[in-house]
Amino acid sequence: MDVNMTRIRPYGDTLDDGYMQLSFTLPVPLSAEARKAAEILAEKMGLEDVKVVYAHSIADSFSFFVVYGRCIHSVDMTAIDIPKVDADFMSYEEINEFIEKRIGRKIVVVAACTGTDAHTVGIDAIINMKGYRGEYGLERYPWFVTYNLGSQVPNEDLVAKAIQVDADAILVSQVVTQRNIHIDNLTHLAELVEAEGIRDRVLLIVGGPRISHELAIELGYDAGFGPGTLPSHVGSFIAQALERSIRNRAEAKGAYPCQMNP
Amino acid sequence: MMRLDIDMALVDRARWAASRIGDGIQPTIDAYTTTSIERCVLRLLGVNGVDENDVPLPNIIVDQAQASGLLEDGIAYWIGSAMLHEGASLPEVIARLSSGKLSLDKVRPQDREGVEQTIQHEANRVCANITQLRLEREQLITELNSTVPPYLYIIVATGNIYEDVIQAKAAAKCGADIIAVIRSTGQSLLDYVPYGPTTEGFGGTYATQANFRIMREALDEASRECGRYIRLVNYCSGLCMPEIAAMGALERLDMMLNDAMYGILFRNINMLRTFIDQHFSRMINAYAGVIINTGEDNYLTTADAYEEAHTVLASQFINEALALRSGLEAGQIGLGHAYEMDPDITDGFLYELAQAEMARIIFPDAPLKYMPPTKHMTGNIFKGHLMDAMFNLAGVISGQTIQLLGILTEHVHTPHLQDRYLAIENAKYIMNNARHLREEISYKKGGIMEKRANEVLAKATSMLEQVADISLMSAIEEGMFASIKRERTGGRGLDGVIRKSERYYNPFPEIFMKEITSCNFSPVLWGDEVKG
Repeated sequence: MDVNMTRIRPYGDTLDDGYMQLSFTLPVPLSAEARKAAEILAEKMGLEDVKVVYAHSIADSFSFFVVYGRCIHSVDMTAIDIPKVDADFMSYEEINEFIEKRIGRKIVVVAACTGTDAHTVGIDAIINMKGYRGEYGLERYPWFVTYNLGSQVPNEDLVAKAIQVDADAILVSQVVTQRNIHIDNLTHLAELVEAEGIRDRVLLIVGGPRISHELAIELGYDAGFGPGTLPSHVGSFIAQALERSIRNRAEAKGAYPCQMNP
Repeated sequence: MMRLDIDMALVDRARWAASRIGDGIQPTIDAYTTTSIERCVLRLLGVNGVDENDVPLPNIIVDQAQASGLLEDGIAYWIGSAMLHEGASLPEVIARLSSGKLSLDKVRPQDREGVEQTIQHEANRVCANITQLRLEREQLITELNSTVPPYLYIIVATGNIYEDVIQAKAAAKCGADIIAVIRSTGQSLLDYVPYGPTTEGFGGTYATQANFRIMREALDEASRECGRYIRLVNYCSGLCMPEIAAMGALERLDMMLNDAMYGILFRNINMLRTFIDQHFSRMINAYAGVIINTGEDNYLTTADAYEEAHTVLASQFINEALALRSGLEAGQIGLGHAYEMDPDITDGFLYELAQAEMARIIFPDAPLKYMPPTKHMTGNIFKGHLMDAMFNLAGVISGQTIQLLGILTEHVHTPHLQDRYLAIENAKYIMNNARHLREEISYKKGGIMEKRANEVLAKATSMLEQVADISLMSAIEEGMFASIKRERTGGRGLDGVIRKSERYYNPFPEIFMKEITSCNFSPVLWGDEVKG
């Protein structure tokens, strides 16, 4: 198949036919006019040959539509550059070995669901002994010391704990994202870490179903992990990033720790 | 018709163990009161509103009483004393307390008998009002009748009560039987109940008495339009269980999420506080004819649904034992369970169905609440819709009473209007299409399903017996539930637990229990068709 990477279009039944499906609701009773409105809307979105294949009244005052059409737009994929978490993912054993050999001490991690968020599913999957999808959580790793502070933790408490235990990484989980509350909360945490003067010695990491690495970088974090993340992904990143930063600090001081081979 | 063959001797053993657990904790519950119970007494007596800083008046009065060491006698004792001391009526005393013109620590304690006579009269009036609301509900149910179970339970959660109303009415018109207004995240940890209509919330809408009233009115309207009674649900959980139970009773809510241990395990609320609060809140629910919904589904959002199925059953037995001790009838105890197994498990549907049948057989009179897949929903809305369909099929085959509908966009966003329509359409299609399948099928003797159900039952029974031997509070301290350890003196809200004095007085438990335990008390909870 001869796909032109500079002009990517949706594939329905043949290359470049542009077929897409949409479903949406209009806040008007179902009528021929409402149906037409749905069609026009799809056209304005850049679809042609628009077919409203299903229309149904919801509660007399709304109309639900399923629409097909051919997208007139294309995308140049060669021009896309997405920041990715900078880490080679390693296994449980590899991570422990990496930390033992290259860092030589246990890594301290403080984690919490902050703000009003009460959903600990994500942070528990990464941190707690039991882990997720058959993988152990970081608590189980002999070379990690973890503190899972649980849910609804004020940012201030999280930072205070990080200072108290001299944490190498702060992990924050954000599940509730209604009205973008997570953005405010994450920004606040980043500012706090900065204000406390520990930003350069702590890795700031965020995870959650609506989190991307790109967003995390934008908010001043070192990494962002989205859905499907496993404990070993986070563990690999922390170990490698910490090792890098220790090395950089040592370089800045003009001396390499003897066991390291840059 | 042959149903799943469950070892009923084991069921008796499990129930007996749960009863021992209940007996073990009851003396502790009886010895204490809490700030939330006392605020609840004030609310029932008519104290409402907030001061200029938005602090609820029940909090102000109870906090002052606690600071003066008066709370051990019960706030009702001091209100009664104030009425006698001031020679004033209850509304006058409330007005003086609210405006700060009167402070309870300036009141001379009065003779307990006189106080009782004074307050009893007021309490009877309030209770008559609650009874009236219960009868009003029963009349509506009888008049409008209901559809057949499983009843379709739908969630609204916009954060704005007026927007919730639009969505709730639309869902009712699509076929929803029960509307739950999800609370703003974090409300369970507030040690007060917010006041007035609210239009801002996170992941849900604040539970306030005004919001309850607004939604009740809207659903009454929808009930008339739809020709069936639409039920309203809210959350009687967290640090204000008793107060929210009272608000629900006064605004004719039909169901309340109310679990004996949820707050302890999943919200880190102190265990003593929770056990004491749940007991009184359930008495109110019982008296108001409210159906409680317990939260066993939560055990499976953190743990594996296949491995930990017995913890759900064990918790159901404990919730049942404690609910019965608050006077709830079996028909009011909506025990929870969930369809949360990994969809990749071979024969997963068989295990789910086995457990759903098991719950139905063990708790034959409970309006079981079946919770949909959430943990393994991924954002693949097409597969998610299929998983919800399988869940609906399990619900109708196993004869569940309350079906909390799965939403295809679970894990993506709080449901949009069309997501609810699609969820209801899915449930209606399957439940109509397979309506009497339950009566046509029987299960293989010694088959996969029978083995699974008995295996879960055996594990639950042994867990319950272990808990009964060491006591419920010790079991929680040891992390026997949801692998979460909680200290007896840890968690939030212990500072609101007060040992009752000799002259402690609260008029309500006696009135509630007297009526609840009389042979005439049998609230109408569903229409006639529930039996068909």
